Amino acid sequence: MSVGAPRGLASSGQKPITEILHPLSAAEEPISPGPDVTVNVGGEKEAVLTNGTPVETSSPASASSLFNRLQLDDDLEADARDPYASMETRDLFVTVDDPKKHVSTMETYITYRVSTKTTRIEFDLPEYSVRRRYQDFDWLRIKLEDSQPTHLIPPLPEKFVMKGVVDRFSEEFVETRMKALDKFLKRVADHPVLSFNPHLNAFLSAKDLNKRQGLALLTKVGESVKHVAGGYKLRARPAEFCAMGEYLDTFSQKLGTIDRIAQRILKEQSEYLTELREYGTVYSSWAASEEELRRPLEGVAGCVTTCCGALEDLSENMSQDFLPVLREYVLYIESMKNVLRKRDQSQAEYEGRLEAAILRKQEDRTPMPIEVEKCQDKVECFNADLKADWERWQSNKRQDFKQLLTGMADKNINHYEKCQAAWESLITLLQDKQTEDKTSETN
Amino acid sequence: MDAVAEGRNPAPDSLWRRYSEFELLRSYLVVTYPYIVVPPLPEKRAEFVWHKLSADNMDPDFVERRRVGLENFLLRVASHPVLSNDKILYHFLTEEHGWKEVVYETGFQAKADSRLRALSATFRVRNTDKRFMDMKHYSDELQSHTSQLLRARARVADRLYGVFKVHGNYGRVFSEWSAIEKEMGDGLQSAGHHMDAYAASIDDILEEEEHYADQLKEYLFYAEALRAVCRKHELTQFELEMASQDLISKKQQREELATGCERFSFKGMTNKLFGQEAPEQREARLKLLEELIAEGEEAVKEKTVECEEHVERAWVDMQRFEEQKDKDLREALINYAVMQISMCKKGIQVWSNAKECFLKM
Repeated sequence: MSVGAPRGLASSGQKPITEILHPLSAAEEPISPGPDVTVNVGGEKEAVLTNGTPVETSSPASASSLFNRLQLDDDLEADARDPYASMETRDLFVTVDDPKKHVSTMETYITYRVSTKTTRIEFDLPEYSVRRRYQDFDWLRIKLEDSQPTHLIPPLPEKFVMKGVVDRFSEEFVETRMKALDKFLKRVADHPVLSFNPHLNAFLSAKDLNKRQGLALLTKVGESVKHVAGGYKLRARPAEFCAMGEYLDTFSQKLGTIDRIAQRILKEQSEYLTELREYGTVYSSWAASEEELRRPLEGVAGCVTTCCGALEDLSENMSQDFLPVLREYVLYIESMKNVLRKRDQSQAEYEGRLEAAILRKQEDRTPMPIEVEKCQDKVECFNADLKADWERWQSNKRQDFKQLLTGMADKNINHYEKCQAAWESLITLLQDKQTEDKTSETN
Repeated sequence: MDAVAEGRNPAPDSLWRRYSEFELLRSYLVVTYPYIVVPPLPEKRAEFVWHKLSADNMDPDFVERRRVGLENFLLRVASHPVLSNDKILYHFLTEEHGWKEVVYETGFQAKADSRLRALSATFRVRNTDKRFMDMKHYSDELQSHTSQLLRARARVADRLYGVFKVHGNYGRVFSEWSAIEKEMGDGLQSAGHHMDAYAASIDDILEEEEHYADQLKEYLFYAEALRAVCRKHELTQFELEMASQDLISKKQQREELATGCERFSFKGMTNKLFGQEAPEQREARLKLLEELIAEGEEAVKEKTVECEEHVERAWVDMQRFEEQKDKDLREALINYAVMQISMCKKGIQVWSNAKECFLKM
């Protein structure tokens, strides 16, 4: 793989949208590590090309999944052109990791390290490392929503967790949340418009995130396209946006079903595991009363125990990696629906004003007010942004689910491989003994 | 094996009759050869079922497995160094109808009843062969462990069934989801089919595992047969001790009668109360005692021989049984491992297929 054109990873900035791959996309073919890439396995997943350029690594990364994400060729469909396309290469990398607990007199909370590497001139330095807590991510999200209302903002993981039900400081919870925050930030950084938002800049670079700073940075464009509550009724939503809404509803439903199935599987697996453990102990206790059969029986007990371990790993993976991603997508769908609603509002406002203006014109020949034209522009802008975001969202969704489901398949395959290996070594053991006995008999 | 061919009659009634004939044969063998660990019959009713459905005794799979079990029983008996020479067995295998009369003629039924009573009685024996007591203890262990294992296995099978079947739901939802997708549709749809196949595969897997359960069951029942041989030893030993005891007391009586100093006896009491007996009466009593003693000595001799023979022959057969058990169960465990490997391979295949589909999404 050539160092000069690492096109496999999603590029923020100005690539044609068709060539942008989501950072978490799975490989079409497995890649063997070329001489250009070195990876620190076991470390905090930082990979570096031999020329020093950092390779973006995002969770969940192991050495092999890292290689899977480095692609030689893009093979996406060549349709819509990204309106923001230009010829710059990827130039903004962000990572969220290293959770730490902070205890103060007022509260206890977790912070995460947010690392940035960039060549963009909008940033003063090429590298940043700051610590942020969930609140800060939430602040960023709100700021983005306010300043870029025509764009789809990726979702954050759930803000509130019921105390007593979920341990906010357990390793699993923190790990899951961190992965979701990392994904959120990467999605923002990869967005051709959002990634240039000054709030993101502040979030990534400011030592102390003074959340009141935001106000001064609001742009005029942002202020003028504020969400208008009520007042206008939408006449005719364009068919494509209707289709989007319907799709989101059905998709959300299906994801809910998959979530329930996965939970049910977990439950069944857990009960199976309980019985399997008991089953293993029976072999052990039988072995104690046997002579010739002791080793074979203990061997079987050992295999059963290995299978129990493999099953535990599988179940843990389901609940740690599979379910959270699924649930996060439901949130993503909600975000998308919100944007659709805002677009509807924007169109409704335009239609309302237009109608009023036409009536006035008919009455006293007042020319079309500039506001109405501006509204029309807004709507058209919104529609264009939304369509572009929709395409990107669809593409990302496809990659995300491809990865999610192949990951699930891999874990299941892995589970069976472990079990098979255990039983095969038992057979070798037992059959060796058999041939041993046979030869001693004939002697 | 014509008799078994008859037993293969699909109509349940015929099979039940045939099963009872097997029971009759085994009953005869057990009574006639108390020193042999007689092979057991397969279960009459389905026990240790892993799923409510298989509790049906008319279930064709169960009927077939039982037929195989009966065949196995005959094979074991016919290849046993002692049992294979039995004439009744020969009749069972060759005469479809007449053999019942022949077996009843042996009069074994009476012995069967008394044997049952004796085996369930509690009695205290002074001198038992330690090896037999150890073996009896082992038979209890074997019975306990095999039944525990069968119960645990059934519970595991039940749960595994649940896990597989729930995966079938993925098939349906993937299919529904694929309907709203463009590029992802085909991949999802195909993957869904594989999930359906996965869910369906558990039925065959568990049916195959029943064979393993049957092998365990055979030794569960074998444990009982082994125990019976040990109990028979206790019984013969007890009877010997009783007979010896009886002989000793009779000899003692003769001594006392002969020397004139009878220790306490009812006769002595009545003598004291009602006067001494006449010398003719004493003579008569002595003579009777001598006869009884002679009989008693015969009895003790017989019992001693019976005991020794039982110990000797039983020990040989128990050794044979132990070897057979070790070999059979080891093979059963290997086969079980093979089944597990087969299941793992199937699982890998299905998930690899699904993965292919996901990659094409």
